[in-house]
Amino acid sequence: MGYDPQNPMADRITDIGPPHYEEQMPPVIRANFGKWMYHEITQPGVLVHVSETGAECYTVRVGSARLISIELIREMCDVADKHCDGHLRFTTRNNVEFMVDSKAKVQPLLDDLASREGRFPVGGTGAGVTNIVHTQGWIHCHTPATDASGVVKAVMDEVFEHFISMEMPAQVRIALACCLNMCGAVHASDIAILGVHRKPPMIDHDAITGLCELPLAIASCPLGAIKPAKATNEKGEEVKSVQVNAAKCMFCGNCYTMCPAMPLADPEGDGIAILVGGKVSNAKSAPKFSKLVIPFLPNTTPRWPETTAVVKKIIEVYSKDAHKYERVGEWAERIGWEKFFEKCDIPFTIKSIDDYRLAYTTWRTTTQFKFTSHIK
Amino acid sequence: MPKHDTPLLDELEKGPWPSFVTDIKRQAATKPECWDILGQLELSFKDRITHWKHGGIVGVFGYGGGIVGRYSDVPDRFPGVAHFHTVRLNQPSGMYYSTSKLRAICSLWEKYGSGMTNMHGSTGDLVLLGTTTPNLEPLFYELTHDLNQDLGGSGSNLRTPSCCLGKSRCEWSCVDTQALCYSLTMRYQDEIHRPAFPYKFKFKFSGCPNDCVASIARSDLSVIGTWRDDIRIDQDAVKKYVSGDYKANAGAHGTRDWGKFSINKEVINLCPTKCMWMEGETLKIDNAECTRCMHCINVMPRALRPGLDQGATVLVGAKAPILDGAQFATMIVPFMKMDAENDFQEIVDFIENLWDWWMEHGKNRERVGESIQRVGLPTFLKVLNIEPLPQHIREPRSNPYVFWESEEVEGGFDRDVREFRKRHKQ
Ligand code: HEM
Ligand code: HEM
Ligand code: HEM
Ligand code: SF4
Ligand code: SF4
Ligand code: SF4
Ligand code: SF4
Repeated sequence: MGYDPQNPMADRITDIGPPHYEEQMPPVIRANFGKWMYHEITQPGVLVHVSETGAECYTVRVGSARLISIELIREMCDVADKHCDGHLRFTTRNNVEFMVDSKAKVQPLLDDLASREGRFPVGGTGAGVTNIVHTQGWIHCHTPATDASGVVKAVMDEVFEHFISMEMPAQVRIALACCLNMCGAVHASDIAILGVHRKPPMIDHDAITGLCELPLAIASCPLGAIKPAKATNEKGEEVKSVQVNAAKCMFCGNCYTMCPAMPLADPEGDGIAILVGGKVSNAKSAPKFSKLVIPFLPNTTPRWPETTAVVKKIIEVYSKDAHKYERVGEWAERIGWEKFFEKCDIPFTIKSIDDYRLAYTTWRTTTQFKFTSHIK
Repeated sequence: MPKHDTPLLDELEKGPWPSFVTDIKRQAATKPECWDILGQLELSFKDRITHWKHGGIVGVFGYGGGIVGRYSDVPDRFPGVAHFHTVRLNQPSGMYYSTSKLRAICSLWEKYGSGMTNMHGSTGDLVLLGTTTPNLEPLFYELTHDLNQDLGGSGSNLRTPSCCLGKSRCEWSCVDTQALCYSLTMRYQDEIHRPAFPYKFKFKFSGCPNDCVASIARSDLSVIGTWRDDIRIDQDAVKKYVSGDYKANAGAHGTRDWGKFSINKEVINLCPTKCMWMEGETLKIDNAECTRCMHCINVMPRALRPGLDQGATVLVGAKAPILDGAQFATMIVPFMKMDAENDFQEIVDFIENLWDWWMEHGKNRERVGESIQRVGLPTFLKVLNIEPLPQHIREPRSNPYVFWESEEVEGGFDRDVREFRKRHKQ
């Protein structure tokens, strides 16, 4: 018996939750749960975990686009059936991990992956660049200021050599979010690629009365830039609508989220901001927010050359200049942000001086600074 | 469905990183609506703007979350994506899969959806991308009956909880993140599927301060494993790191020559609290000074391990910038035992107190971190009955604008200005 549209509530099952995690773990993982002693990265993309029982688990980490087809998932299953007793896992950064319980099984697995026309690049471990966490973009969301999968593909192509090697001073986490909602949590990444709008919302006076609750639209603006106003619709009738004070608007798009009659996306207005120096881990220094170093780069489809060039430049300067174990943000703080801009050839603009709330905490209140080429 | 020309997207088939464009084209052989995905995306690349309409609420009976509605604004040109709703499946903790389960999900999605997925969404769910409204109920029926699986969350509800892989494969995990995540997910099914909150609420669990699920940056309730006693040291292994027999940082710097390992330079001098030193060949740690940052353990995993008195630090209130600016979670409970034996009762009590307060006092679309900002941390601690500790702050306040209450000041606030005037003439 399947679903019966005449009787939709029959045999209904709800709230059963996810499958229990133990059901789907590889046997070597189940058997050594909580008993792991140490791990080592034997080569880029290959980890071994050693248990106090003496058991070993070898993991081969493989990059993948986050947007993947069931055809590709089935191919992953083929690999896992052949080499890993039918188990695999995904990482929080959209990599795929194939696990085997002995060293002898590693090379055949690597060979198999290598034979699959570049669909399964091995890497993403240790002091390198791992997969970019990202959001939906033009493939699925209604508020983006840039694409996600396309930009990520272009950037990963550009930094690919750092995915398959571990030559960085520390791990480099790149993240992308296609609007200020930041579903991808880019506000704490070594390098963050963020879609931004630059034009205030338009107001569709013909549609607003039917589509939106005006008080909600007005309340949605964190800057109080929206107020009620009378307007004339296409038929010449006077309607209740809103008005936006453009001088106050910071282009967050929250009004559009609440009220579809206030679109703000625009081919020329939209593009990418680059933020740098955030981290999540508590190791050595406390977690840090990413800082905005480039306010705008255009959406140059299909490969976003301006964005990829900047990301590559920052990674390369950092790699040469930073101390071992130093994250991008720790490096920038050690050398001073003025040096960061100089070394990375990033023009400093007034847009990197904070003028939002609590901005004062980011202004310099000491005579200690470095002389750089910025001071003429 | 006709193939569309995609000259811009075709450029994304070049280069070494796996191409989603090539992948979608391959899928289009059996799922022709994938041509329309490519067609509409190509149009977005040309117009440099999204072609998805705003909103459209859809779902399955009885659930307020788990499915996100989506409609094309050019449906006549791309009928295959006229409806393109997202289905969020609650992922297993740690994201381990058996191929039989994955294949069953693929077949379900071949039958009812576009064949495209996100493995996984940022929140953790396994995301099935692109189906139509009539398909939702049959899909849900088969999902629950045949796959024994359920939807995740969306909307103003508890979002699908997620965790790092924890004790299943990480030697550093101080809590069983998966058991914790699973237990709370099961306990709060109703909160996940039926929105009742002012806004979204996220749980994320990391086994140690490395915080691999980024819980401190993006969850309203962040639980991060830690320990209270001494770091365990294997002095023989320390010697092996010093002599170069063991690779530092577990080999994470493997493909670059950084020169010979120096325990002083790479571990002792980088310890943020400077609480480590060598006495001859013996590594010493003044554990009372250690802030458990994990650095030394990360660099010498075979010599150092977290202590055995394990539990977690509980933090509250992280969020991305919209609306009031980005926030990290604030440390609220320095140490809490995470006890699977009694169903994690201590954290459950904490969560329910927190929710009671937030559901009453949080404004519409206000994350709990913003509510706390609005009322202030001292008020939040008071309502949760948590004793103020120096651990709650980075530094004491630098302004003297202290709010005293009438009861706290001798004689109270009520005074008689006439009495005052008798002694102090205007
Ligand atoms: C035993 C050693 C470690 C293991 C097994 C481990 C495991 C993981 C895994 C499985 C992921 C998801 C990775 C991916 O998707 O590519 C991850 C991510 C991450 N790890 Fe680790 N990790 C380890 C050490 C560290 C260390 C030493 C740090 C920091 C010093 C760290 C910080 C992070 C961070 C910040 C993320 C990214 C989380 C995110 O943004 O999603 N990890 N880790
Ligand atoms: C109508 C408005 C919104 C929609 C449609 C939306 C949609 C989504 C979606 C689809 C995801 C999962 C993304 C993925 O698959 O990777 C997500 C995650 C996320 N959203 Fe939103 N979102 C909205 C509003 C917001 C707002 C206002 C905020 C910030 C306050 C926000 C912050 C986040 C964050 C931080 C994540 C990632 C969460 C995590 O990894 O746990 N979103 N959102
Ligand atoms: C938290 C409370 C306050 C502290 C700690 C504080 C401290 C100070 C300090 C250290 C100075 C500089 C004195 C010097 O260098 O000679 C100063 C100057 C001054 N403060 Fe305050 N102050 C406070 C509140 C106020 C208030 C409430 C007002 C007025 C309503 C005020 C008005 C001034 C003025 C007018 C100056 C002189 C500024 C100048 O000529 O440069 N202060 N204060
Ligand atoms: S970051 Fe913004 S545009 Fe991107 S998926 Fe999230 S809500 Fe949509
Ligand atoms: S985009 Fe943001 S700041 Fe601008 S009017 Fe809308 S809500 Fe206000
Ligand atoms: S957060 Fe800690 S315990 Fe969890 S996977 Fe990362 S390093 Fe391991
Ligand atoms: S965990 Fe961090 S603070 Fe503690 S001893 Fe190691 S390096 Fe120092």
